[in-house]
Amino acid sequence: MNDELRYLLNRTVSGKVSRRHFMGRAAALGVTAGVANSMLATATAAQTPVKGGFLRAGMQGGESTNSLDPALAASEVPFTVNNMWGETLVNVDAGGNIDFRVAQEMSSSPDAKTWTFKIRSGVEFHNGATLTAEDVVATLTRHTDENSQSGALGIVQGIESMSANGDTVTIDLHTPNADFPYLVADYHLMIQPGGGVDNPSAGIGSGAYMVEVNEAGVRHGFKKNPNYWDSNIGHADEVEIIVINDNTARVAALQSGQVNMINRLDPKIIDLLKRDPNVQIKNVSGRGHYVFIMHCTAAPFDNNDLRMALKYAINRQEMVDKVLGGYGGVGNDFPINAAYPLFDDTIEQREFDPDKAAFHYKASGHDGSPIVLRTAGAAFPGAVEAAQLYQQSAAAAGIPLEVKREPDDGYWSDVWNVQPFCASYWGGRPVQDQMYSTAYLSTAEWNDTKFHNDQFDNLLLAARAELDLTVRKQMYSDMAHILRDEGGLILPMFNDFVDAIGNNVQGWSEDPNGEMMNGLALAKCWLA
Amino acid sequence: MNHPIIKLVAQRIALGILLLLAVSILIFAGTQLLPGDVAQAILGQSATEQSLANLREKLGLNDPAYIRYFSWLGGILQGDLGTALTNGQDIATSLGRRFGNTIFLAFWAAVIAVPLSITLGLIAARYAGRWPDKVISGVTLATISLPEFVVGYLVMFILAVKFRVFPSTALVFDGMGLFERLNAVALPIIVLVLVVLAHMMRMTRAAILNVMQSAYIETAELKGLSPSTIIRKHAFPNAIAPVVNVVMLNLAYLVVGVVVVEVVFVYPGMGQYLVDHVAKRDIPVVQACGLIFAAVYIGLNILADVISILANPRLRHPK
Repeated sequence: MNDELRYLLNRTVSGKVSRRHFMGRAAALGVTAGVANSMLATATAAQTPVKGGFLRAGMQGGESTNSLDPALAASEVPFTVNNMWGETLVNVDAGGNIDFRVAQEMSSSPDAKTWTFKIRSGVEFHNGATLTAEDVVATLTRHTDENSQSGALGIVQGIESMSANGDTVTIDLHTPNADFPYLVADYHLMIQPGGGVDNPSAGIGSGAYMVEVNEAGVRHGFKKNPNYWDSNIGHADEVEIIVINDNTARVAALQSGQVNMINRLDPKIIDLLKRDPNVQIKNVSGRGHYVFIMHCTAAPFDNNDLRMALKYAINRQEMVDKVLGGYGGVGNDFPINAAYPLFDDTIEQREFDPDKAAFHYKASGHDGSPIVLRTAGAAFPGAVEAAQLYQQSAAAAGIPLEVKREPDDGYWSDVWNVQPFCASYWGGRPVQDQMYSTAYLSTAEWNDTKFHNDQFDNLLLAARAELDLTVRKQMYSDMAHILRDEGGLILPMFNDFVDAIGNNVQGWSEDPNGEMMNGLALAKCWLA
Repeated sequence: MNHPIIKLVAQRIALGILLLLAVSILIFAGTQLLPGDVAQAILGQSATEQSLANLREKLGLNDPAYIRYFSWLGGILQGDLGTALTNGQDIATSLGRRFGNTIFLAFWAAVIAVPLSITLGLIAARYAGRWPDKVISGVTLATISLPEFVVGYLVMFILAVKFRVFPSTALVFDGMGLFERLNAVALPIIVLVLVVLAHMMRMTRAAILNVMQSAYIETAELKGLSPSTIIRKHAFPNAIAPVVNVVMLNLAYLVVGVVVVEVVFVYPGMGQYLVDHVAKRDIPVVQACGLIFAAVYIGLNILADVISILANPRLRHPK
């Protein structure tokens, strides 16, 4: 390693330059991205964690209606809270690989229809009971019950039968699924004693921290689980999550040192906050994206030329710059980016092209009446401004858009999935199959673009059972092309997760799976 | 004891109870009018017909509205506010803690704001039209003109981020000492004091100046009393009624209207609790909060009426 690279590496690890900057410089010095990434991972791991202390996070996304029942987790704070006390069978690491947690190893039948998980021995729940294979089966069974109202119902519905045998759990699926381990990494599926049937919201799990204080919508306090099996996680003696939904108050709490880390930094103030020497901005490109969705079955969007016209009429780079303040990446009208495994990076980027937009608009034979685009602040942060930018760029191509602002309250029940053209967002999923199955399969409940394409559906089901990664990657690439050129999805941008930490916090590493290091920042970081 | 006063006070209290009953009917009717079925709202998108029917049965949603109203009212009279639909917790317990926090904040804000504003009002009236009056009026009008959250951000920036005198988030929890607790809520108290100061101070000033026009004040002046003594002995006792009314309005505001301040300072009071549950259509909690807010408002107004009655010499000494 040459001196410049070593210097850069040290500065990156200590947080003085960004990972993005390091990767760029490394590439300029002739180091491939893969090598640079692993260098960074090794260097970060080489920092010795300091044990003890009290780590605090100020977070948006908590309400006084929150419960500790992992089945009901839907917003950021419950997600992070559950990650403190609970643990899933496996997790997905920053590189998109399976990270074994409660399960120690796994295997599948050649047709990917039967999966076997070996449960780690000696894992203890906070109540002292040993975690068994029966607990795992009971947990998954609880989530298959519709009365549990589990957010993971769609995932566990694919399970045909389960059995516990000694320390192994065998799961038979209705249809083959090569991605099944990624599905059981879902954050709702925290393993609970007895499946949590008796008391789903007890907050008893096998995670690195035990629940001390649980005041929904106010604060959640934890103390270290002394019997936790993995010494690489859980450095601070105590951690606390304080719910601070107000953007300004959250930043002030970080600046005044009341908390050590915060989530969801408003892109508008990032540049201002950078001037504070006591604070570091941590952004990572994730899988979440902001979209405009057209119903392929409703006039005038049932005409592919009109859909193409609208896709060419949006200025993606301008949106990233103005709506995300540069903290994001341009989209390409299919919901997958480089953060997904098996992403095909050779698919041509669609650019803003008023001429092509005008050509397709003419070919569509639209009568020239204004096309109504519905939006609201609730659709995504900056959705109203994004719609106005879109209106301007479309006007340059001669396409009349009419922006209609809807009330935030009721947007998800009255506008989204109801009106034919509106703004929306998706949080992304760990694997391509899950993203496509959730929102683009003809029969999907959340098929919010009313996209029906037999070839696409067949490819999706075939890819699910395909264990040869090269073939599978090609199938996903074909699907991306179909959706990009025929679908009802206009995807201008992928938003970064932007968090911020105080200068005394160490051990931070990027994780594209979710904000706050995929909910584990409090367990993986330490105070210097 | 004077008979007419007891009668008047009893009348006020009876009226207040009637009013509260009327409000409870309004609250109940209003929450019934909210769009969406409660069972559907609880179960969400994954609801099946069977589970919806089970839940409706369990919640008693199949009974006619008036029966549900009386069983709700009966529960409240016995101190049973029901359980929250969203997280299954007992409403009385969680609401009780929140209400305690709200009252704590309101109490300390009032302890500072009420004497301060009345004193400032008296000073302003004493020096009406001169510079102390102008300074006091100008500053208090400026703080009331700024929206609460702007005042909140300003004091937060100056006192928490720049000088780090007080914490920026007003986190309170069980087991905190009084001093610790007061330190935690210092910023919201400052903001609330600034917001309610002007109203009470202006009213005190106006009421005193109004009384100062009376003939008996002129007599007092002719007797050679100093302006301060005139205000203290003759003007203020006669200006109490309007001042008490405004003070009570502001106290009610400190209890029921501070949701913005609660959000900015992350204070676990009732306002935030109510807003969260409205968003989730958690009807029992919304009804309970509505009723408590109404009770506080009506109660404080009755108190204001009673004090006004007692402060009125014509009622105190009937012919």
